[in-house]
Amino acid sequence: MNRYTVAVLVRNQFGVLNRVTSMFRRRQFNISALTVSETESSLLSRITVSFDGEESCKQQLINQLYKLPDVRSIKEITPANSISCELLLIKMRNDPATRNDILAAADAFGAVTVDYSKDSVTFRLTDESRKLDDFINLMRDYHILEICRTGSVSLEKGAATISQTINF
Amino acid sequence: MLLSGADILVLTLLEQGCDTVFGYPGGQILNVYDSLYRYSDRIRHILTAHEQGAAHAADGYARATGRPGVVISTSGPGATNLVTGIATAYLDSVPLIAVCGNVPTTQIGSDSFQEIDITGITLPITKHNYFVGSVEQLAPTIREAFALAMSGRPGPVLIDIPKDVQIAQCEYTPAPPASPEPPRAAKELRLREAADIINAASRPFLYFGGGLIASNAEEELLALAETLDAPIGCSLMGLSAIPTAHPRFLGMQGMHGHYASSMAMHHADLILSLGVRFNDRVTGNRAKFATGAKIVHIDVDGSELSKTVNAACGLRGDVKLTLQGLLPLLKPKKNPEWSETVARFRREEEETLDHRDGLTPRRAILTLNRHLGKNTAVATDVGQHQMWAAQNLTFSTPRRFISSGGLGTMGFGLGAAIGAAFGTGERSVLVTGDGSFGMCLNELATAVSHHIPVVILLLNNGVLGMVRQWQTLFFNKHYSNTVLDRKTDFVALARAFGADGEAVSTPEALDEALTRGFAAEGPYVIDCAIDKDEFVLPMLPPGGSMDDIIVRLGD
Repeated sequence: MNRYTVAVLVRNQFGVLNRVTSMFRRRQFNISALTVSETESSLLSRITVSFDGEESCKQQLINQLYKLPDVRSIKEITPANSISCELLLIKMRNDPATRNDILAAADAFGAVTVDYSKDSVTFRLTDESRKLDDFINLMRDYHILEICRTGSVSLEKGAATISQTINF
Repeated sequence: MLLSGADILVLTLLEQGCDTVFGYPGGQILNVYDSLYRYSDRIRHILTAHEQGAAHAADGYARATGRPGVVISTSGPGATNLVTGIATAYLDSVPLIAVCGNVPTTQIGSDSFQEIDITGITLPITKHNYFVGSVEQLAPTIREAFALAMSGRPGPVLIDIPKDVQIAQCEYTPAPPASPEPPRAAKELRLREAADIINAASRPFLYFGGGLIASNAEEELLALAETLDAPIGCSLMGLSAIPTAHPRFLGMQGMHGHYASSMAMHHADLILSLGVRFNDRVTGNRAKFATGAKIVHIDVDGSELSKTVNAACGLRGDVKLTLQGLLPLLKPKKNPEWSETVARFRREEEETLDHRDGLTPRRAILTLNRHLGKNTAVATDVGQHQMWAAQNLTFSTPRRFISSGGLGTMGFGLGAAIGAAFGTGERSVLVTGDGSFGMCLNELATAVSHHIPVVILLLNNGVLGMVRQWQTLFFNKHYSNTVLDRKTDFVALARAFGADGEAVSTPEALDEALTRGFAAEGPYVIDCAIDKDEFVLPMLPPGGSMDDIIVRLGD
């Protein structure tokens, strides 16, 4: 099993996310992360979706995506061709016994303290998904109260854009 | 000119070349029916007994003509009654336009009377669907829907039109018929890759399905067969594309396919596959499927390539154009050894054929063959009768076998036969069983009202034969709920509907009944008694391979 990420440019219409995720569901592809937002054109939205599977699965999924009339372009995102980042908010118990260790770890990862109370401290970290995983794994040694992460957003390196490959 | 949405719908349908629609009125589609009334000199509406029948009729019309069939229903239950028909068309790649009314936009989402989220319901069974939120969007949406239904791999498209959009007015500007995306051949590089594989083969087998018919590539297929000196087989959906009597044609292969066709496919070193999708009913156990063969697969839908079986070379493109590109790259060959092997398979098949006296299912279909015209469309329902028909019917014109292959919809046949009769402008035939016929026989009323001469050959064995066959083979003859034990008098039933018919129990009586049926002015039901223990053979057990084939009972 590998983790794959594809960016999908779609027509910005109501129900379009449902069409894409409905296809994932009926072919039993499990989505591990998903982001959706409007793009530089209000006519188009960009969906970035990550999923686990075999190479043949990924190819089938891309083929099926191309069959949806709302899909205008698809780009596979890899570390080699793209830069990616993800946003994490993580709320830790603020315990005097572990406070210094937690703050030191956050500092090492470049996480920013965005909320602080007597019983809790919340960090914000923006980085590659793998770095977020590492940070979360480190924090598991302490008391995590709550986690929220956004899923990855990605753009190709250099001047290439996904809309250059609109193929119908 | 300023027109209502309902008028715009009808005019846009006319603009697309649509002169026949099937449907059923209701509260939220009344305005459209008022427009149909006013334009009734230009567009014909066929009222069915049930929306499902209308959907199957539009489907049968599309299969027989290659042009999109159109079905119209009201909101709520009218729309949900279309679902089986839309799914049937989706699985068999039939261009279908379904138009539904809905409650006014101001009431959408409030669970109004007969409100249903039909675009949500049909999401996985349409190529695409539309909720038309304003009258200005209506004409462009209908045009886009027609283009989409016909482009690439054909399929159903649904358009949901709220009542206020049917009433609202806007400027209507006529436009020429929407044209589908122009078909494209596969890439040159792929053509050369494929040619290398094909030129190296010594036991080629040509295998085609519904995609060949959709792309009208029959001539190219036959040219290919001559160039490669290859036998030809097909899937259920491919039947009628080339004449049954063609000397290279071995017939349908697969679970209930012809022995010679399945054997040739199994022993080939090349399966050149044209517009097929290697469904489980075709391959059986995929690990044991044609292990010695390289598969070259041409399909307009790229997602079918290497979906279920691995293709040595997958070519995404229109079958006809791709074959036209491929043919000049192929070296003409002769494969005498392979031809001899295939001839032996044919002789072996000959020996297993059922020549028993009496009214056997095979004899019933062979008798029917003698009455079929060159252009007669034959629809079927689903079950044993469907397989007997597929195995034994003879065809000479493409698009004349009309059967639910992918979804396997019992109850499909009568509606489809009615639609096909409108499509061909001729008498059509329905081969059905007592189980399937019982599901949607209400459409007899439609055939009577519209004077549609459908000859209905009802192979009546009093059981759900195909399920019973599986119970015999795999469930220790536990005939759970497959013995119908009904007292239906189908001839009296036909008469009650205003049709005619007769019951037969010998081949001679069937022959005479068919003569009367083919002369009748309306639907004619022939209740043909067959034995409940008749089997569809040969049979590849589900998940089995050619080693497991059952060619006669007791094997």
